[in-house]
Amino acid sequence: MKIKRSNPLPPAILLPRCPTGIQGLDEITGGGLPRGRPTLVCGGAGCGKTLFASEFLVRGATLYGEPGVFVAFEETEAELAANVASLGFNLESLVRKKLLLLEHVHIERSEIHVTGEYDLEGLFVRLDLAIRSIGAKRVVLDTLEALFAGLPNEAILRSELRRLFRWLKDKGVTAVVTAERGDEEFTREGLEEYVSDCVILLDHRVNDQIATRHLRVVKYRGALHGTNEFPFLIGADGLSVLPITSLGLIHKVPTGRISTGIERLDSMLAGHGFFRGSSILLTGTPGTGKTSVAACFAQAAARRGDRVIFFSFEESPSQIIRNMRSIGLDLEPLVVRGLLRFHAARPTLCGLEMHLATMFKEIQEFRPSVVVVDPITSLLSAGTDVETKGMVTRLIDFLKGNQVTSLFTSLTHGGHSLQQSEIAMSSLMDAWLLLQDMEGNGERNRVLYVLKARGMAHSNQVREFLISNRGIDLVDAYIGPNGVLCGSARAAQAAREKAEELNARQEAARRKRELQAKRDTLDRQIVGLRSEYEVGAEELKQIDRQVGTKTRLLGTERTELGRLRHADVSEAVRVLGRNGMKK
Amino acid sequence: MSTTKTRAGKRAQPGRGPAPAEIWKLRLYVAGQTPKSLAALSNLKKICETHLSDRYRIEVIDLVEQPQLSRGDQILAIPTLVRKLPQPVRKIIGDLSDTERVLVGLDLRSAR
Repeated sequence: MKIKRSNPLPPAILLPRCPTGIQGLDEITGGGLPRGRPTLVCGGAGCGKTLFASEFLVRGATLYGEPGVFVAFEETEAELAANVASLGFNLESLVRKKLLLLEHVHIERSEIHVTGEYDLEGLFVRLDLAIRSIGAKRVVLDTLEALFAGLPNEAILRSELRRLFRWLKDKGVTAVVTAERGDEEFTREGLEEYVSDCVILLDHRVNDQIATRHLRVVKYRGALHGTNEFPFLIGADGLSVLPITSLGLIHKVPTGRISTGIERLDSMLAGHGFFRGSSILLTGTPGTGKTSVAACFAQAAARRGDRVIFFSFEESPSQIIRNMRSIGLDLEPLVVRGLLRFHAARPTLCGLEMHLATMFKEIQEFRPSVVVVDPITSLLSAGTDVETKGMVTRLIDFLKGNQVTSLFTSLTHGGHSLQQSEIAMSSLMDAWLLLQDMEGNGERNRVLYVLKARGMAHSNQVREFLISNRGIDLVDAYIGPNGVLCGSARAAQAAREKAEELNARQEAARRKRELQAKRDTLDRQIVGLRSEYEVGAEELKQIDRQVGTKTRLLGTERTELGRLRHADVSEAVRVLGRNGMKK
Repeated sequence: MSTTKTRAGKRAQPGRGPAPAEIWKLRLYVAGQTPKSLAALSNLKKICETHLSDRYRIEVIDLVEQPQLSRGDQILAIPTLVRKLPQPVRKIIGDLSDTERVLVGLDLRSAR
């Protein structure tokens, strides 16, 4: 693009420049108009030629101490002063200070009769007098073409104009000559033929009912210059040509982090939120809570003491404040404390470049560290795609150059093209959050993804995004065999799981009890059996004892009987044996 | 030629030619002694002699010497002849070589 412009050219190549003092123009032209040479400014009706010329003189007088002569062919001195007063230029006081001289040249063809050869020496004499009387360094001729209308005999005029430009160069004044835009040539009368050093084209185009002014340096002899068409606007303090800053990708990046204002979101972004000075895109379909997230971010920043500008293109400040109060964000005290500033405007109010210039102005004035644009898509509709991308690039460059953290919300419409439409913009963004609706179970639920976050290990998980009267919260969405569930489905699923778990627990407890009971029973049986066994064993012992006793008794008895009967011992043993068999 | 009818309606007093006593005040702006300037002056004198005899006064202003005078009469082209009197003011530019047009321009003869 125009990156070269920001690098000063080596002095050897650089022609002497005459700074215009018009915002942005000196950057495009590498320092201003060619000093000591005439510059042609051409354009159609109402495109700002006269204002351009006036500002050139006024800035020259006020900023650079170079007096100037304004030769007006179309307007009287009083008209001119009144017309440019709207830009805050006080011509009369400059005239009093001898920094400016207004010279009205009146030509009325009907009053003039031509009766032979003539030249424009009278004009030269007047110019010379004017230049000498205030020591002018700058001259404006507005609009020289009036001569063609006022004087017949073009051949004479043309040769006189050639002489005029030569003469202006010899005088060493930097001249701005305005001319009406022609059909095929730059000017209606082909003045570019005479002014060959620098030609600037002003243009006022209407695109979809919105007018945009453009400026293009068509020609700049002996110098590199930005050849692009640059939008410009006529504001309350003169012209400004965008870009105000024409950055290469050389801005410094801070490494500090800035909280999103939502704790869980911070933790999704590697725990600390966004990088300071980064640009963040927040896309979502209608009603997904973009403004709420943006407001949350703005509130968190302002509460930390950062200055925040909230550019709203959909809602009025008081509406935002009211709506955000319903979700527990109180922005009003921050506005009162001067930490948060709203700037609301309808996108259709003016052209894209006008919006951006106002934004630039606000940002330069307020010096915020956080800027919220809600939504950027409204601005996009104000221009064509190429135009808007260029504009957004400039805005982002500008913000990054100033190390401002910027959050842009972007409205996407339903369907799957939502990521498609953002491609142009998303490549410019450092972080991209996507808010989405999930429909199902007769309800819509919001979910949030972090699609990208340059330079940090961000979470790739989907989170359910809840807005309540206590603010914004993120909860884990249920991810199970049936896919991602959220909202009441998530709650129902959770409840179902809880119930199942309870069931399982109860079942386990029951089985445990059952088994315990069985074991108890067995234990009891074991005890019973053991006692039975012991009883048996005891009985056995007793029997054994009884048998022993009996045998002994019997033996004793037999021995006694035998002794009594004088039987032999063998008889006694036989009897004993029979008894034993009986047992 | 003093009785020449002039175009009615453009005059302060319509239908009236220059009165015999009325003095015409003519001012010729030049810038230096250029051939065009000299030609203009001599042409002007000729015309005045022929058509106004003694009732004219010519003032020659050399803007090289008095540049500040160029503003008052809005002089752009050189040479310019300005008829200051009789009213209204009329301007004729060029070296006045086209006598017919000078006469029309000065209202000494109505346009055909």
